[in-house]
Amino acid sequence: MADDTHKLAIFRGYLKFKSNTQKIWGVLIFLSIVTTVEVILGIVKPQILMTPFIRIKLLNWIFIILTLVKAYYIAWDFMHIRDEKSGLKNAIVLPLIILIPYLIFIILLEGDYIFNVMQDGFVSWNF
Amino acid sequence: MELTAKEHSEDETLWGGDKQPFKATYGKMMMWFFIVSDALTFSGFLVAYSFSRFKNIDSWPIADEVFNHFPFLHGVNAPMYYVALMTFVLIFSSVTMVLAVDAGHHMKQSKVAFYMFLTIIGGAIFVGSQAWEWKNFIKGEYGALETNGGQILQFINTDDKRISIEDFALELPTERSTHESSNGLWFSYEPSVTEITVSEVKAGFKNNEELLIRTEKLNSSGDKTILSREESLAKIESAIQVVQGANLIHNEYGNRLFADFFFFITGFHGFHVFSGVVINIIIFFNVLMGTYEKRGHYEMVEKVGLYWHFVDLVWVFVFTFFYLV
Repeated sequence: MADDTHKLAIFRGYLKFKSNTQKIWGVLIFLSIVTTVEVILGIVKPQILMTPFIRIKLLNWIFIILTLVKAYYIAWDFMHIRDEKSGLKNAIVLPLIILIPYLIFIILLEGDYIFNVMQDGFVSWNF
Repeated sequence: MELTAKEHSEDETLWGGDKQPFKATYGKMMMWFFIVSDALTFSGFLVAYSFSRFKNIDSWPIADEVFNHFPFLHGVNAPMYYVALMTFVLIFSSVTMVLAVDAGHHMKQSKVAFYMFLTIIGGAIFVGSQAWEWKNFIKGEYGALETNGGQILQFINTDDKRISIEDFALELPTERSTHESSNGLWFSYEPSVTEITVSEVKAGFKNNEELLIRTEKLNSSGDKTILSREESLAKIESAIQVVQGANLIHNEYGNRLFADFFFFITGFHGFHVFSGVVINIIIFFNVLMGTYEKRGHYEMVEKVGLYWHFVDLVWVFVFTFFYLV
């Protein structure tokens, strides 16, 4: 692959790079910023973000979303999914985005149910 | 008949393997499909972890209290900093890997070798850091008591500071020693006797009016519940075992599943990093020997690069779910 086959724009075209090497450094800077934000939030733990939303704290939602953002840029730019044919792209991404949320949904629902059973059940778990 | 035969011969390129609908070689595609299956394996692990966490949502250990070490800063409470550093090391080694792949596309042998070398160094630093993290986790810091029901009781003083059981346990004379097979006819098995016994901790606790017990239960603001002195004195009677550090069966940080998942998931990831480093070293020497120069392309570098980025990708999730959330 020569340079001209790389797609050099990220952020839906807002940011265009001149060469692939430049894009790599650009993505590194972006990933570093995101990680730094995560670490700062993890240390400061702002009180406003501690309110739960769908059983998970807002802060944790932010962490999860930022993680997905990072995962997107690692896969799209470092692993060059951006440059692949859409067939290959879908073959890789679709199984993951269908199966993983499904697994998360059923297993966490079950975990929450078992928590309630253990809390409200007649058996003491703390003796 | 002739007509069908003719149609068939037109299709020959389609079935002969010349068509590449994905415009990717066999090796690269298989690396991708391996990564997809490995990603599903890791999501299985992380979801299992989340399941246990949701099941024990009101008593899960707080990661900031568990992973708060930084090299050369003894006794300083430094949560997150070290893992953040590890994350940056891994992201950076990912970047040097893409740069190696990019240099490979331009057939620059020495540049590929240089970037591969940096990647290997980054990976080695990461594996070493993880080993250090494990060492701290296994060694433990304060020690705790375990109750009959498997709950962990930790100790704090009235200033809310964690107190190590070694600091307050009284030394009682004891005749107890580990039972060995040479001393008994009916020997089955006994784990080694801890240096500090439960009765020593109990006696020390009763002696020291300042000490309170901290249970696993999280209160409404997400902190561990602290018992009053009277409740503590009553609670300590249910303790049956001293726990120092962590292993697969007991851990002083709280729920045992926490240690199990920590060992299993970071261990599995660490094994991936380790094998990634080994594969990178092999490819590095191939680059040095000019194997890919002779072959005419550096696709092998691209394939190991995919694996290496995947390892980085998994760490991004492990970092979030073990240390941040």
